Amino acid sequence: MRTPPPNVICSTDRPPHCAKHGLAERSPEYPRRTFDGPPAQLIPLRGTSMLTRRKVGQLTRRQFMAAGALGGAALAIGCSAARQGDWEFLSDDQARILVAICDQIVPADDFPSASAAGVLTYIDRQLVRHYRRYQDAYRDGLERVQAMSRKLTGQDMTSLSPQQQFQIVSALSRRDHSFFEMVRNHTLEGYYGSPRHGGNCDAVSWRMLGLTQPPVRGRAQYDLRRGSRL
Amino acid sequence: MKRVNAVVVGAGAAGGVVAKELSVAGLQVVLLERGKWYTTNDCRKDDLRNQRTTVLGNAFGPEDEGNPRVWIDSKGVPHTVLPSEGTYQNDAACVGGGTLSYGAQAWRYMPQDFRMRSTYGAPPGSSLEDWPISYDDLEPFYEKAEYEIGISGDFAGDPFHGPRRRPLPMPPLPPNREFEILEPAAKRLGLHPFNLPMARNSVPYNGRGPCMRCRWCCGFACEADAKNGSQNTVIPRALATGNCELRTECMAKEILTDDRGHARGVAYIDSSGRLQEQLSDIVVVSGCATESARLLLNSKSRLFPNGFGNRYDQVGRNLQGHHYTGAVGYFDFETYDDMGPGASIAICDYNHGTPGLCGGGMLANEFIRLPIQMVDRLPDNTPRWGLAHKRAMRDWHKRSIVVMGPTQQIPTADGRVTLDPVVRDKWGLPVVRISGNVHPITFDIGEVQARRAEAWLKEAGAIHTTISAGRPEIVSAGQHQAGTCRMGNDPRNSVVNRYCHIHDVDNVFVIDSSVNVTNGGFNPALTIMAIAYYASDALVRNWKGTGFRS
Repeated sequence: MRTPPPNVICSTDRPPHCAKHGLAERSPEYPRRTFDGPPAQLIPLRGTSMLTRRKVGQLTRRQFMAAGALGGAALAIGCSAARQGDWEFLSDDQARILVAICDQIVPADDFPSASAAGVLTYIDRQLVRHYRRYQDAYRDGLERVQAMSRKLTGQDMTSLSPQQQFQIVSALSRRDHSFFEMVRNHTLEGYYGSPRHGGNCDAVSWRMLGLTQPPVRGRAQYDLRRGSRL
Repeated sequence: MKRVNAVVVGAGAAGGVVAKELSVAGLQVVLLERGKWYTTNDCRKDDLRNQRTTVLGNAFGPEDEGNPRVWIDSKGVPHTVLPSEGTYQNDAACVGGGTLSYGAQAWRYMPQDFRMRSTYGAPPGSSLEDWPISYDDLEPFYEKAEYEIGISGDFAGDPFHGPRRRPLPMPPLPPNREFEILEPAAKRLGLHPFNLPMARNSVPYNGRGPCMRCRWCCGFACEADAKNGSQNTVIPRALATGNCELRTECMAKEILTDDRGHARGVAYIDSSGRLQEQLSDIVVVSGCATESARLLLNSKSRLFPNGFGNRYDQVGRNLQGHHYTGAVGYFDFETYDDMGPGASIAICDYNHGTPGLCGGGMLANEFIRLPIQMVDRLPDNTPRWGLAHKRAMRDWHKRSIVVMGPTQQIPTADGRVTLDPVVRDKWGLPVVRISGNVHPITFDIGEVQARRAEAWLKEAGAIHTTISAGRPEIVSAGQHQAGTCRMGNDPRNSVVNRYCHIHDVDNVFVIDSSVNVTNGGFNPALTIMAIAYYASDALVRNWKGTGFRS
């Protein structure tokens, strides 16, 4: 049995990880974007300085400040916390209900919950972009969740304990199947998908699964003088 | 606009090859492509927006806006569907077509795959037929495709393939961990595993470097440009001759006809929305099975009131793809080594010869999985959400192997493409309407194949398996779509002759997967390219200066 050689990381491939720049520096492949305005084009960032990057408009001032102030680890929280009151589609009330649902779909363990990983940012952004066609479904569905919560517990969804919220979401998955499935799928997309869309902050779910992140690139599989035979 | 010798509609697997072959032979060619020309810089590695996971749209076309289709479900209800939805049956719309973002498995069909009716007899209700050409007719062109496109792999372990004169031009990539787990298991079962063929550089080839084995492979453009499609092989060579002009973002509207029933050229809508006419001596339609049929059906004229080549109502029929079935195995040790492309080992023991059933297919391990592709592939009893789902993701993402295969679909005349009478696309053209299904015997062999995949995984040590074998209500005709302009000798049940030349008209050709009579138990890209080389060869040999004489 042939064994693969140790991976060789091409040193010119990316700038070294720099803690003080936080998230933006750790994931150069997934440039931060301004929250308003169309998705920016992927612009090669290798070797560019922070200043260059601000010039091309890929960091909002807030993110830049957050990245600088909080550092890499805190950003998993920072990217959703910073978003409060600043949604593109959702109202604050809708967002709070959606947080309750999403965090039952992907709860926190030693890795963050859906909302802490930016799933709401993902859903909110897509609701004015690719998922515009689901705007009504979200608006009406979240109202129904609130009504269901009031009917079953006499309280708002957002003031329930996590255990009670679990009961409501369980009921939702049975009684309002298509709405629940939509939210479930969008939540998992946000949590496990590409960080470029606002979810999966700092590639947290990929690191949770043990995937190398950033991925190892420029693997040298071959001694080119000998062809592919190892 | 200057008159040219040939207009080729569609710059995909077949169109690229045809453009290259004709322009090398000295013909003046215009190659029309409705999509854009993407380069390696457009490789965005976007898990949610690529050609495989399309929840946020297709990365390489068509866009969701302005490109609808209509799907008629089994109860006869029409649904308007978007390109990012599965029932749309999308391939891609860009230079390179599907070959820009495909997984790049590059198979030859087996000799029996060209003689399905003779081998099995046609099941009642099916439209199963033999090809008018054989494996031997295509063999030299398979070889040419393997060397010009660039294929790596090793057939040494496979006793079932047809005769071949030369080995593949490149050795296989070194085995990944799944290969090392599955190979001894297959041998213990008496099967014949081998390194599957890939249109991917394992060593420097054609002036480009080898695969760097990243995680973003099937569904993505290759960042290292190590994946070989028509966009980085034959199309640049066609352009380099100086005889070929590639016009992107140009949508063919119809084939123009003169009073005598000859094609005059192609009317198309250019990137700025203007209607243009490109006159030519011959027209080659290479738009993939669904879109080629649509162009022919949209080309109505006094002499062809039902569309080009459609005198006997054959255009659009026998739509087929592949019925993918298989199994997921879950292991108590790590099987994932983060090495693309992932798919590495295949068996062809089950392509033919299952008693009482018809056809079959190759089985191989699946392309490298992204986490988003794993969320619905967890063990059967896993809750669909909540902490248990998250735990299962953590438990199984790196400890599972998927073995699947493209089961040959047995076509019917009712599984077809027509034009929708109401819905129009952004150019105002009637859109594709997909209806009917393949023959149900397809699903029987699909289930058998899934059990075989499961048995292989269990032998390899899977502690738990789940089967994936459905009975879909629709022809699975996405990236592997084929069959709508069947090749045959009789004009009453086929559209083109053995040289891909439309029976009715003496200067129009359909050269792409549309002509496939059956679709083999393999990914079809290499066969599409081989047919393109084969048909171009006949076309060039019969070319007489400014016209075509058959």
